[in-house]
Amino acid sequence: MSTDTAIIETRELGRDFKVRDGVRRRTLTAVDDLSVCVGAGEAVGYIGANGAGKSTTIKMLCGILVPTRGSVTTCGLRPVADRRELARQVGVVFGQRTQLWWDLPVRESFTILAAIHGLGRTAETARTEELVDRLELAEFLGTPVRQLSLGQRMRAEVAAALLHSPRLVILDEPTIGLDVLSKQRLREFLVAERTVHGTTLLLTTHDMGDVERLCDRILLVDRGRLVWDGTLAGLSRTVGAQRVLVVDLAASTPDLVDVPSTQHLGSEGGGLRQRLAFDPDTTTAAKVLAAVSERVEVLDLAVEEPDVEDVVRRVYAARR
Amino acid sequence: MADPTSPLVTLTRPYRAVLSSRIRSQRSYRANFTIDLVSSLLVGIVELAEVGVLFLNVDRLGGLEFTQILIVFGLADLAFSVADLAFGHCDNLPTYLRAGTLDVFYLRPQPLLLQLITSNISLRRLARAMVGLASLVTGLVLADVDWSFAAVALLLVSALSGIATFAAMFVWAAGAQFFLIDGAEATNAFVYGGRYAASQPASVWNRPLKVVFGFFFPMAFTAYLPTVTLLGLPGTDLMPSWLGWCAPLAAIFTWAMALLSWRIGVRHYRGGGG
Repeated sequence: MSTDTAIIETRELGRDFKVRDGVRRRTLTAVDDLSVCVGAGEAVGYIGANGAGKSTTIKMLCGILVPTRGSVTTCGLRPVADRRELARQVGVVFGQRTQLWWDLPVRESFTILAAIHGLGRTAETARTEELVDRLELAEFLGTPVRQLSLGQRMRAEVAAALLHSPRLVILDEPTIGLDVLSKQRLREFLVAERTVHGTTLLLTTHDMGDVERLCDRILLVDRGRLVWDGTLAGLSRTVGAQRVLVVDLAASTPDLVDVPSTQHLGSEGGGLRQRLAFDPDTTTAAKVLAAVSERVEVLDLAVEEPDVEDVVRRVYAARR
Repeated sequence: MADPTSPLVTLTRPYRAVLSSRIRSQRSYRANFTIDLVSSLLVGIVELAEVGVLFLNVDRLGGLEFTQILIVFGLADLAFSVADLAFGHCDNLPTYLRAGTLDVFYLRPQPLLLQLITSNISLRRLARAMVGLASLVTGLVLADVDWSFAAVALLLVSALSGIATFAAMFVWAAGAQFFLIDGAEATNAFVYGGRYAASQPASVWNRPLKVVFGFFFPMAFTAYLPTVTLLGLPGTDLMPSWLGWCAPLAAIFTWAMALLSWRIGVRHYRGGGG
């Protein structure tokens, strides 16, 4: 099997739902005219507001839903017709639903999944050890799933979805509800998995950190239609999304309106805390900080990222 | 021990792995399991007692004596309980749909329906099956059965067909539940109503009931008709005695309807094609 073939290819893909609106029935278009091609080894962030059609697309990619229009191939297979063959090559993590058996220890869920995917003893042991090690699952392998914390459960879910070494991993909101440390661990794991095995990643998320650290390509959908296909930087640039440097100062200072390449957003506490927006393409947080430090002593600082919501909102606003 | 490389062993490995984990899990919560067993046993006994109470007032019901009714009840309850043990969770499909379990099944390389069927097993139904078996054996001993090779064959074939018929009822219900929001309520009327109907002599039903629970949902074939044939009794209106031999046909028909229902349901869920 060649590795340079497209892992995901959709052509004018569309999906309608019939919904009952009172007594009348109307057609709701969840996905429309979606044409994308994702190559092997890419890491793609699939973003958009709730109801933009992300889950519907994922379900069509896996063969759960039948498209209304257009065509889709995943790993070179037709998802609906070749679902069972496709299941061997795709791993999916749904943030909101579980692959694990809630009343069994984590280890047993892995054993069952290995049987389900027909892994041989050697492959099963090797892969389980690799995942346990890299996702740091050892401490709770013997714990029933229902007793795990959210962060632990999510790591176990990811391991479960990747146990059969799929070529394509689809993650639907993988970091939702996780604390900073758990998010960080999960992202590091996904980066490593991709580096080591050349796995293709497709993830939906509302977390800018996920997109920034994991994805080199963004697909943004609005009301079922693709409105951006490219890098995050490019997207932020087109909509002018800015980062914000928040500085806590040693003394009350007049508004810092003259820092180069920044825009003063506001002050609190008589100028003790100030917010400066800057465009990451024209300057860096370090340069802005240096410029501020020349004027007044900085006690503390924080950098606020434009969140996906914000970028999406700007794109959506521009389109309406 | 079977040859670990034989195709059957390889093919059944996923299902065996899930089922054995379900069994281990149910047995590991001992107190819980014991309570389940006892309550399941009590329900079975109460239902049997219901029949007994009825016979305090009448000598015959639908042409059958108490000992003969025990055979009908026993055959029906045994078959239903065994089917319930292995297939009972299928008519819980709305729960699976809400929890997204069905979507997870789609991500595994096995057929959907087989995954659903083998996703659970309710060992506590064994208690209920024991009540059925006890009733059946008691009835067979006390009633005047003319034992022969044919009689034994009839009993075995009917019991197995009965299990298959009830199993199909659960799958039939599951298929219908793709369409029904509160599906379990609607399908229970036929699945559990069917079980109740099966444990009665069909001779007491009026014609519409005979059509519905005699033929469309072929409940009469699981217990009443084989019993009538076994005892050499005359049949009833619409149901001649020889139909007792046709339990396997009833099972095949029910499975055909069940698979059709499942197929239509899945097609609806995926939204066309499939």
